[in-house]
Amino acid sequence: MTKVVAVTGNEAVANAFRQIEPDVCAAYPITPQTELMQRFASFVSNGQVKTELILVESEHSALSACVGAAAAGGRVATATSSQGLALMWEILFIAAGFRLPIVMPVVNRALSAPINIHCDHSDAMGARDSGWIQLWSENAQEAYDNTIQAFRIAEDMDIRLPVMVCYDGFIISHSIERIEYLDDETVKSFVGDYKPLFPLLDVDNPKSFGPLILTDLYHEVRKAHSETYKKVPQVVLRVAEEFEKISGRKYGFFEAYRLEDAEIGIVILNSAAGTTKDVIDEYRQRGVKVGLLKPRLFRPFPYEEIGNALKHLKALCVLDRADAFGGSYGPLYLDIAASLCNYSQKPLLINRIYGLGGRDYMPEQAAKVIEELMEIAKTGKVGSLKEYIGVRE
Amino acid sequence: MIGWKDIPPGMVILEAGSAMKIKTGSWRAAYRPKWIEENCIHCLLCWLYCPDNSVKVKDGKRGEFDYDYCKGCGICAVECPGKKGNKAIVMEEEVK
Ligand code: SF4
Ligand code: SF4
Repeated sequence: MTKVVAVTGNEAVANAFRQIEPDVCAAYPITPQTELMQRFASFVSNGQVKTELILVESEHSALSACVGAAAAGGRVATATSSQGLALMWEILFIAAGFRLPIVMPVVNRALSAPINIHCDHSDAMGARDSGWIQLWSENAQEAYDNTIQAFRIAEDMDIRLPVMVCYDGFIISHSIERIEYLDDETVKSFVGDYKPLFPLLDVDNPKSFGPLILTDLYHEVRKAHSETYKKVPQVVLRVAEEFEKISGRKYGFFEAYRLEDAEIGIVILNSAAGTTKDVIDEYRQRGVKVGLLKPRLFRPFPYEEIGNALKHLKALCVLDRADAFGGSYGPLYLDIAASLCNYSQKPLLINRIYGLGGRDYMPEQAAKVIEELMEIAKTGKVGSLKEYIGVRE
Repeated sequence: MIGWKDIPPGMVILEAGSAMKIKTGSWRAAYRPKWIEENCIHCLLCWLYCPDNSVKVKDGKRGEFDYDYCKGCGICAVECPGKKGNKAIVMEEEVK
């Protein structure tokens, strides 16, 4: 039984939290995440969930409390955005290193300076190598679905890793969309009872978290940690398959849109993929063979599968909603380039930076990119590899 | 030494009391604590505050220091209330 509702992205994710009812939630408010935690706090104060909600004085404390609660043996969640995620930085690596299955929606927002509350992806991109699994979501439905799946992925006994669920600040978090809610019982039985691994509160079996490990073992510990991520893709697919059975909605590593027979393509994350698909439809009607790839599992990055899905193209643009300062390329671009680097036949690549700090991504921008790709495919010449688009001169 | 395949998830140490295997007494440099039994009121604050396993307790009574684990940090000497203003722990120069 599903229920069709009109809600904001934050409301949808708060509802997923209500349905899952984590044991502990420690959070600090930050725009645009605030509405999510505020709604969840109402569920707590109304007695709709028994979650222990810890209101802390900073995001550093929020994630630290989550680490403690998860090590104690509870199902734990939090949420943040932008500067909040930046302040969690130190603890992100500890949560992953301890293999604690914490779930954290990241409502994507630009980083300071200058201060800005609107969407771009620089927050989550800055945390991409912290060891958290990252699932990215185009719309409120995907944010809701990914949140539910995130608990199953994080808690899988083969991996036990924290998961971020990324969705666009304001564009998705605060816009009302039609979405389908699964009923409470379905979600509860899908997620299942929490099974702790090495809980500290099991005092009959004493154990220690957080040892000092120096030159004699640190290198081995990191190798073991790195190997764990090889098991993540299979878990993500297994959970997606089961989720399809209860929802009818299909998830994988990425969405490929009109890509199979395409000659040119665009890679783009999150909400801007929707706009891009519309423009692709217009160009398809004119006979232009253009397609799109929208990553969902961004960490660990499915290099092989994505490389395979893109290698047949003649020209490809990676659209990044985050820049990498210091003269580098957009973070998504670098991974796409790496996924293609060993194929002898591969597309010519360009990187375009769009939509920083909530700047609207308009259909004309997608059209301009497609026109440029058509030219590159025809001439075999790349003018400029990395450029900002939609920027005033 | 163990290889990477034998490391438990999250590096969690499942063996209780395994810190006893690491003799941190080798960290001690300039000073070591000395117990003065006649000033001791057996409050066990030194046992509570000691960050390692160097204060021994038997039948609820304060026993000798185990210098195999004593880092010489001096916390016990600071915390010790002693008897009538006379400390039951003092820090002495390490004998080489
Ligand atoms: S000096 Fe430090 S390590 Fe040694 S017994 Fe005193 S408190 Fe313990
Ligand atoms: S703290 Fe001082 S008085 Fe108390 S037990 Fe230790 S040595 Fe004795």
